[in-house]
Amino acid sequence: MLRYAGGMNEIIKNSLRSGPDGRGRFGEFGGRFVAETLMPLILELETAYETAKADSSYQAEIDYYLKHYVGRPSALWFAERLTRHLGGAKIYFKRDELNHTGAHKINNCIGQILLARRMGKTRIIAETGAGQHGVATATVCALFGLPCTIYMGAVDVERQKPNVFRMKLLGAEIVPVKSGAGTLKDAMNDAMRDWVANVQDTFYIIGTAAGPHPYPAMVRDFQCVIGEETKWQLQEAEGRLPDICIAAIGGGSNAIGLFHPFLDDTSVRLIGVEAAGHGLDSGEHAASLSRGRPGVLHGNRTYLLQNEDGQILEAHSISAGLDYPGIGPEHSWLHDIGRVEYVSITDDEALAAFQLCTRTEGIIPALEPAHALAYVMKLTPTLPDDKIIVMNLCGRGDKDIFTVAEHLGFKL
Amino acid sequence: MSRIAGVFANLRSQGRAALIPFVEAFDPDRDTTLALLTGMAANGADIIEIGVPFTDPMADGPIIQAAGRRALNAGASLRGVLDIVREFRKGNDKTPLVLMGYLNPILSYGVAAFACDAAQAGVDGLIVVDLPTEEADLLLPDAAAHGLDFIRLIAPTTSDERLPKVLAGSSGFVYYVSITGITGTRTASAEDLARDIPRIRRATDLPIAVGFGVRTPEQAATVAKYADGAIVASALIEKLTNTDVASVLVDVAALAEGIRHTVKAAA
Repeated sequence: MLRYAGGMNEIIKNSLRSGPDGRGRFGEFGGRFVAETLMPLILELETAYETAKADSSYQAEIDYYLKHYVGRPSALWFAERLTRHLGGAKIYFKRDELNHTGAHKINNCIGQILLARRMGKTRIIAETGAGQHGVATATVCALFGLPCTIYMGAVDVERQKPNVFRMKLLGAEIVPVKSGAGTLKDAMNDAMRDWVANVQDTFYIIGTAAGPHPYPAMVRDFQCVIGEETKWQLQEAEGRLPDICIAAIGGGSNAIGLFHPFLDDTSVRLIGVEAAGHGLDSGEHAASLSRGRPGVLHGNRTYLLQNEDGQILEAHSISAGLDYPGIGPEHSWLHDIGRVEYVSITDDEALAAFQLCTRTEGIIPALEPAHALAYVMKLTPTLPDDKIIVMNLCGRGDKDIFTVAEHLGFKL
Repeated sequence: MSRIAGVFANLRSQGRAALIPFVEAFDPDRDTTLALLTGMAANGADIIEIGVPFTDPMADGPIIQAAGRRALNAGASLRGVLDIVREFRKGNDKTPLVLMGYLNPILSYGVAAFACDAAQAGVDGLIVVDLPTEEADLLLPDAAAHGLDFIRLIAPTTSDERLPKVLAGSSGFVYYVSITGITGTRTASAEDLARDIPRIRRATDLPIAVGFGVRTPEQAATVAKYADGAIVASALIEKLTNTDVASVLVDVAALAEGIRHTVKAAA
């Protein structure tokens, strides 16, 4: 089967990049597990996306906004002081925290809102955990003048106050979700419930590479710009491919965006970092691949944290953006076939990395990429200095300073 | 003939529709559920739907969400629900029981083992909210092999072209989700039903039951005029939360009365 993958529109066959299949599956993962009310909409969305993808003016529109509004390409930064400090492989940061709104999330929001406009939808909804996707969605809604409702767990509303206020300033309506543990999973449930009640006019901008098909593929395609840029930027800087790419994983959109363009480059090790929270054995973590098993939630079959009865467990992470008991289905497949390695990092390790990055590079990272960085800190000293690591610095940490201050015992 | 088909055949000869009340299993405990099942069967329920609690009930409104949370806090599990069915069947071999829930607990149980155990326990039909026809091959063969009716949801968004595809492999009855939205919120009007039900009838010979937003005996009567069954859930759960089993059964009797006196509109 021939299929487009990624924003560069290259045609690939017999490739790890060719998924999903016609049923929206990556191996046994993915699919479309939604109520019948939504099913016709999901099919309509799939058709609309396929049509748009085949239209060069759609890609041109995306490219225009990514360049002039988001500020792409984002820099690929050689973290020289950190490299010297850790002693080992050369470390590069893919600086997606420099994007407008401060994270990779806007890459996807531009793609989806341009699709929503093509489909004639007049109202936007989204879920958000850390608030980065909510801010990115509220931003593009302000840019295109569309009303916007953001579902956010009540607990997250509390721990991500700066982002909540940013969304309000941008004109979004914030709905704090109190069901369950009041985090990302519950926000996604309520966003789905809104969608089912407003099927005619509403477009649901899902923020991660999960949910019913075509979302995992669509979000991945919009995020692939990260890996594609990395490829040519490192070619310019070093004349070769990286040896290792590392990214943090909640739902997994920044990671799939970095990894996907490298899937067929077998010399490149790909490492996804899950949130181990208080530790994998504490029962309080968000490591769905390390400690979950396959099941169905939020429209897709994927690895989930669940009990023996198939009830979904609450995830825990210091990072609101990783605090999710599932993971995008393509990661589940990449895990099962062994193409990507998945490891985990605790809250404390991420906090240490957050501080190290701030002091050695003058960059305050979000707590999400601080997890990836913590693994870079473990791995780098074990590698020879001719190796090259690229880490996706997918968000900036301004939003997290209150959380970090609390953990470090500062009163702001 | 399955229990469900038998009930609808009998009702057709009486010229009336079925009352299908809903019970969220283990809300707030196992004994209450058993008392409700037995009491509903004695107070005019023709078929009973049992909600299988799930942590993330995406199609449900606040009332059933809260019921599910209470049930899970009381230790509800799919295994426990089958146990309740087994217990109920000791005293009632007549009233069809339909399990309604979400896919993940069934996957976790093991699809083949679940279909086998459910049929043996005395379950008659399954409604799996997040299993659209596109993914139904996960469960349909096992359900059919064990004689479980596979009841499909049809929504206002289901187009005429899509209807035959959705109905393929379904049996028992068709569950018409009469509004676009979650359970226990809006209510379809008589005009909506007069327009929608004939549309579905053209695509199937199966009985059609209407759910989502049916609360009062009057609304049940309106549904009974056009459809073959009225499903009442959130209103009964709300009543149980605020009062007791006896009051719920009074409401069930009133709903049954509302349906009993309704003459079907000409198809």
